[in-house]
Amino acid sequence: MIYNLPFMTVIALIAIGMYAILFRRNLIKIAIGITIVESGVNLFLITLGYRKGGIAPIFTNLPPGTTPEEIPGKMVLPVPQALTLTSIVIGVAVLALILSLAIQIYRNYGTLNAEKVRRLKE
Amino acid sequence: MLRTIEGYWDPILWIIAFIIIAIIAYIIRSAGRREHKKGEQAKPYFSGVEIPSDEEIHVSGENIYWGFVESLKGYYSIMKKMHAGRINDYVAWFVGISAILFVAIFIMEVS
Amino acid sequence: MNLMEHLPALIIAIPLFAAFLTPIIDRFSKKGRDAFVFIFMALTLILVVLLAKDVFDSKVPITYVMGASDPHQTIPTQSAVPIRIILEIDAMSIFMVIISILISFIGLIYSFSHIKEGGGKFYTLFLLMLVGMIGMELTGDLFNLFVFLEILSISSAALIAFEIKRETSFEAAIKYIVISSIAALFVLFAVGLFYGEYNLLNIAAIANAMKFTRIDKIALILLFSAFVMKAGTAPMHMWLPDAYGEAPGAVSMVLIATTQASLYALLRVCFTLYNESLPIIMPATLILLGLASIFIGVTMALVQNDIKRLIAYAAVAEVGYIVLAIGVGLYGFLKSGEIEGYGIKALQGGIFHIFNDVLDVGLMFLVAGGVIYMTKERNMNKLGGLAHSMKYSSILFLIGLAAVAGLPPLNGFASKLMIYESIYKVSPILSIVAILASILMLSIFVKIFQSIFTGPKVIEANEVPKCMLAGMIVIAGLIIFFGLFPEMIVKNLVEPAVNALLNYGEYISAVTGV
Repeated sequence: MIYNLPFMTVIALIAIGMYAILFRRNLIKIAIGITIVESGVNLFLITLGYRKGGIAPIFTNLPPGTTPEEIPGKMVLPVPQALTLTSIVIGVAVLALILSLAIQIYRNYGTLNAEKVRRLKE
Repeated sequence: MLRTIEGYWDPILWIIAFIIIAIIAYIIRSAGRREHKKGEQAKPYFSGVEIPSDEEIHVSGENIYWGFVESLKGYYSIMKKMHAGRINDYVAWFVGISAILFVAIFIMEVS
Repeated sequence: MNLMEHLPALIIAIPLFAAFLTPIIDRFSKKGRDAFVFIFMALTLILVVLLAKDVFDSKVPITYVMGASDPHQTIPTQSAVPIRIILEIDAMSIFMVIISILISFIGLIYSFSHIKEGGGKFYTLFLLMLVGMIGMELTGDLFNLFVFLEILSISSAALIAFEIKRETSFEAAIKYIVISSIAALFVLFAVGLFYGEYNLLNIAAIANAMKFTRIDKIALILLFSAFVMKAGTAPMHMWLPDAYGEAPGAVSMVLIATTQASLYALLRVCFTLYNESLPIIMPATLILLGLASIFIGVTMALVQNDIKRLIAYAAVAEVGYIVLAIGVGLYGFLKSGEIEGYGIKALQGGIFHIFNDVLDVGLMFLVAGGVIYMTKERNMNKLGGLAHSMKYSSILFLIGLAAVAGLPPLNGFASKLMIYESIYKVSPILSIVAILASILMLSIFVKIFQSIFTGPKVIEANEVPKCMLAGMIVIAGLIIFFGLFPEMIVKNLVEPAVNALLNYGEYISAVTGV
């Protein structure tokens, strides 16, 4: 049960973020929603990378008492961590772009309300 | 020659046929009366009213297919509601279609 | 070091390198910047042609392992599965790469005439967009696909907002980036699901291990809906007219190629990743979405008054044709028997139509961009009689009009004929809708032609600059060439691509060796 807790958090985060994107009208809140969904997905990736009793793949920094025989079985491939780092970096870029666009929209339209930011329609 | 299921499509052949038909059309046209000169024609009859200049009677963008749009008014009012330009709606359609697909695929699994 | 061996990596690396060097050169010389971008784009084009030759000669997909001492050793000696990023190129990917690079190159020539201010930023983003497209099409790795998808989304969103004097362009850009980043997060979640289940990220290796459990079904829906949305099918198409309509001239055309990169990803997911285990509901969905796109696209285009928005809705309808054909092809792929042959024909028509779509609608966007650049007016009610002063543009527009409406003897007819005939065998209703929509498509473009090119002179304008004209003429030449010799294109480019899609086993065994 306790091992499923991160996955439940993932689902909760994605649900909260999706709610913000679908039902909030403020563009900044939509940006926040996207960030929350992204955190949920990142947490998901990190949780997948957890191996019980695994050790970090750094040969010079092994925990004391590790014998060379158990290294192949215990050392963890750090792919999910690498994926998460990449996706965080991409997420920052996306968030920066959304926010800068929101600033420009506020300058031109005088509002951030998605109800009113709809000159392009039909 | 591009083979399709029950035939073929050859653009070169089509162009040859087009040229032949164009020549025939030209022959028929040139068989017409020659004594008609330019400028001799009377002005077209427009209910006895003076014909407005070209600038005034140019049909511009919005008025083309007016009848078509008018007869499909009901459809277009629904479409205009759908394309309201609200950013939340865009996401809602996307998430909604995925949700429908989720439901459909799990109904298929159960049945 | 043998450079020819590293072609796939170079094709991604060269534009990426050029992209970040462009702003520096821009500081010193504007002419030098243009020449620099042109040379590097031409170099990439040459490398793509060389790679294409390799791919068509080799019969099996070419693999390239990033960062390995031997770029052909897909599975490292200590490991049982591929762990490095692998680029995998078969006839289908190279077909899409050829489209992307060709369209970007023509778009670049077109842009030289009018991108003056902030050109350094423009070309950087333009090259990054090219990198995103090519990367998506060359990669054999799901996470890498996500990364390139995001590069593509970010650079295209910035390019959509490029005309900063027009305030609505920001609105289009924010809509585009919000919906694309959500789609990308869907893809990332699906990647996470695959990694959790198989400990793999490579498409071929996952396809080999595919068990089609419930987790795979969730991942399938996430990937499928994300890529279908990015391809711009109705009713998830609303971002597309905004984005295409607000982007500067050539970018609208390249954006068509970017949506087709998503279509490629969709094909990869359906045909390679899930292949035989794909549920029958997927082709059915594709057929329904295709019909909806065709119908909504043409009817909405009819009531638009903004030139570019109108063409953008027509682009939605064109995507509908492709998706419809792919749906029928996928149906034939899953069902065996008589329907299989029709499916292959439909798929050929659909893949051929990908190329024709980007050429035809692209030409329309280029002409519309030229008209907007010369007259500073995009409302059709205020335009008229441009054929008096813009003779070449109006002739080129007529060529594009005939091609996009599927009039013989141009290329649109050849691919649409293949689609009509083969989908008729599945259900006549599909053909009827497709043909009726094609007639409506003609009427849409006749509307533009009538209201902006014919009639008395309403607005003063000059002929478009030479670079713009050059870009348009190259595309029009390709349209006529494809129209006159469709069998050449189908035999040499489309049929290998379709065979590569259908023989998914080769794609898998090129990496895993089974």
